[in-house]
Amino acid sequence: MTDFVSLENISKIFGPNLTTGDRIASKLGARVETRSIHAVSNVSLSIEKGETIGLVGESGCGKSTLGRLIAGILSPSSGRIILDGGPVIRNGAKVTTRVQTVFQDPFASLDPRMKVGETVAEGPITHGLTTKSDARAYAALWFERVGLDPVWLDRYPHQFSGGQRQRIAIARALAMQPDVLVCDEPVASLDVSIQAQIINLFLELTRDLDLTTIFISHDLSVVQHVSDRIAIMYLGQIVELGPVDEVYENPAHPYTAALFGSVPKLVLDDDELVHFDTIEGEVPSPLSPPSGCFYHPRCPLADENCATVRPEMTGISNSRSVMCHNYQQQLTKD
Amino acid sequence: MTETALSVKNLATHFFTRTGVIKAVDDVSFDLAKGEIMGLVGESGSGKTVTGFSLLGLVDEPGRIVNGSIKLKGKELTTLSNAELRHLRGREISMIFQDPIATLNPVLTIGQQMRLALAAHERITARAAADRSADLLTKVGIPSARARMNAYPHEFSGGMRQRVAIAIALLHRPSVIIADEPTTALDVSIQAQILQQMRGLAAETGTALIWISHDLAVVSSLATKLAVMYAGRIVEQGPTAALLRNPQHPYTAGLIGSLPAMTKAGSPLKQIPGTTPSLLSLPSGCPFAPRCQRATEICQRAPEMVTHGDRGWRCFDPVGQIDEVTS
Amino acid sequence: MNRQDTPLTRFWHEFRENKIAVVALSVVVVLMLLALFASLVSPQNPYDLANLSLMDSRRPPGFVGSGGYIHLLGTDPQGRDLLSAIFYGLRISIQIGLAAGFVSLSIGAALGILAAYKGGRIESLIMRLVDLQLSFPAILLALVIVALLGQGKVQLISALVAAQYAYFARTAYGAAKAEKGKDYIEAAVATPLGSRLVVLRHLVPNCTPPLIVVATVQIANSISLEATLSFLGLGLPVTEPSLGMLISNGFPYMMSGRYWISVYPGIALIILIVAINIVGDQVRDQFNPRLRK
Repeated sequence: MTDFVSLENISKIFGPNLTTGDRIASKLGARVETRSIHAVSNVSLSIEKGETIGLVGESGCGKSTLGRLIAGILSPSSGRIILDGGPVIRNGAKVTTRVQTVFQDPFASLDPRMKVGETVAEGPITHGLTTKSDARAYAALWFERVGLDPVWLDRYPHQFSGGQRQRIAIARALAMQPDVLVCDEPVASLDVSIQAQIINLFLELTRDLDLTTIFISHDLSVVQHVSDRIAIMYLGQIVELGPVDEVYENPAHPYTAALFGSVPKLVLDDDELVHFDTIEGEVPSPLSPPSGCFYHPRCPLADENCATVRPEMTGISNSRSVMCHNYQQQLTKD
Repeated sequence: MTETALSVKNLATHFFTRTGVIKAVDDVSFDLAKGEIMGLVGESGSGKTVTGFSLLGLVDEPGRIVNGSIKLKGKELTTLSNAELRHLRGREISMIFQDPIATLNPVLTIGQQMRLALAAHERITARAAADRSADLLTKVGIPSARARMNAYPHEFSGGMRQRVAIAIALLHRPSVIIADEPTTALDVSIQAQILQQMRGLAAETGTALIWISHDLAVVSSLATKLAVMYAGRIVEQGPTAALLRNPQHPYTAGLIGSLPAMTKAGSPLKQIPGTTPSLLSLPSGCPFAPRCQRATEICQRAPEMVTHGDRGWRCFDPVGQIDEVTS
Repeated sequence: MNRQDTPLTRFWHEFRENKIAVVALSVVVVLMLLALFASLVSPQNPYDLANLSLMDSRRPPGFVGSGGYIHLLGTDPQGRDLLSAIFYGLRISIQIGLAAGFVSLSIGAALGILAAYKGGRIESLIMRLVDLQLSFPAILLALVIVALLGQGKVQLISALVAAQYAYFARTAYGAAKAEKGKDYIEAAVATPLGSRLVVLRHLVPNCTPPLIVVATVQIANSISLEATLSFLGLGLPVTEPSLGMLISNGFPYMMSGRYWISVYPGIALIILIVAINIVGDQVRDQFNPRLRK
């Protein structure tokens, strides 16, 4: 198994960015935030070529930040990201076009003042994938690939529906002919009936173009449907990793189990009273994570060890790993 | 025979814009019993939010209710003046919005806002108001309610803010609460907590609840009956489980079928082709016909609601097992 | 989606709805045309000293002067036909207003966008300078610079630019900061696209709406400021009277009944400034609800 994309001990810290004024104020006793946010803490991950890995978690877990790190939009505070043997970022700037991104809000991710055809062709022209004279035909090709009529190349984003805009965003990403695609909540802002269309498009394209995909979503059912492996994140760390079916059937981390349990399911039985497996409390602030295991304050399996010792990522099997002291207890739960 | 909290008949709300008439809500009828939870399901443009606003009389120019009757505990709402409606809003019927930022005033503490909400409809001492507020805040799951009452909205998390909004909605023990996508913006674990809370609260206070959402699973876990909206009309309604198990309208069936849970992982999802029609130029017949695989010439006439017992649908050629419904 | 719907056509259609704004825009256009073709529509060239005769000075409206034609609005103390002087004065006012506006816009926008995009020390430096500038009254600043540089068109425009670029800088800074955080900029950077391309092709075009709003207001301000300076005698030389100077010339005669010398140029100035402001208001309102969307 060759690591096509390799994340080695990646951390991303967002500092408080104090100005001189803030520093003076803080010395004088004003309440100035001096703590940093550890958006991503020491994450390591190897992604195979052609696989789709789902990244799930709730707000503040760091999945979007991790996605941006992989995409080369942010540079890691420590650690490195290797894509097919080469770096994604060098000296704070992205040095490869082989990883592209599809963003959540299709309206916000398209320049409202540019014709969509120009938006799709801009990157390829700049990086020599096509020439100015061939640009239009090139963009038309990708338009058709995502199911859009090339006649619309001269329209502006506001003239399209949400689903169509997302197709344009996908076309823009694919027009760069990437090997890796980072999709950050690509269907979250779309209507349910359009979501199915975009998910199907996505499945078709990743298969045809042999794309390696990082699919970020808070919607577990969508992730389950499109991913080969799934990584669950909590407060900047990957707490569980493995093939999606196995993790779903038998979660090893108590948070994974609780997360899956919280998802409402379609009630098809008259007598069925839906029981919500609620997690107690709320996600702690990323400014002051708990000691030991980040999840211990909310975990039903927590003991004194969990409150003091930070767990390491432990391999359960060839393909599964978990960051929990008591994962065996979780696995043997009903 | 349970009391009817809300009875809506042939409600129509149209927006008269420069570019044309938008029939946001067109002929919507349903009944809501005391303490009942109904789910109003639809995608963007279906008219579900405008229906909610119409019930509260909150539709602004250029829109207005053009037809229909809304009876809240027998009292007709469409003929009331603004002043009379204000008297009822918050007291007999209230609303919870998707984004609690809209409901909560950022410069007032939670306690102050709740006292203001209480004082708007009744004479109450500050102390009694504080007691009642603290009581409700605890009920909706806010720890150390009394202390937290002195906090400002920005000091709460998204889930907590939404709970505060729910508490404010419940202050006067209204007969009906309209919740417009209240958990859509929240994390799934917080959503689960709130859903559980709402179920208990509705039962305890006897408040009827209309839960507006695009998420079938969320709505089905809470509501005892569902109404599915499309292009301003209710295209199907009935008891939750029976409707989801055996949908009659092709749109409902399409919505259920397109859920990822309904298809084997990795295989293409069963998608509904096309897009929702523009409300400015609706086809004259069934609005779903352009996207429906079963459409025939008969669908060029707008279908009326066909009822069988507690179920109804607007379709000439339903997809489900009718015998199961009518038997 | 059946016809070409550029942002410009959309803007124009919405603009057309407000009748008052359309009237105001027409007034501005008419005044600009009059100013542009001042030499053609004026009965007299007020700069040509040979044309003037002191015999015609301070004559009321309707007087037939030594040139043989009716002075519709009367004459000023130098014997100039007021109507002609107003047309030429309008030309100067509009020229200077536009020039000062354009240069302020360029300098201010460049500084503001640079500050927003680069951040850090450069941002602090530029914006503190801008803040400093904004805390001075515009007139004071303009006076100081004219006093330093002397009189003349270029000097005047420089003074106006110095007094006004800060507004553009601040507006551009705010707009650029807001746009910088948006997804489409992030998407452009992620391609990756170089900073120059991102700023010029994506950031600048999307920052123009608020800048256009500020520009309309500032052009009106420039005109007003220039008139003020001219009124105080610090504007252009006496031989090229702008509206401000005409007003100033006629000031001593206001109380003695020869009102026309000040009043008519004053009215022309007011009409120009008000019309520009109305157009500016409409432009601002149109950009606002869109931003709220």
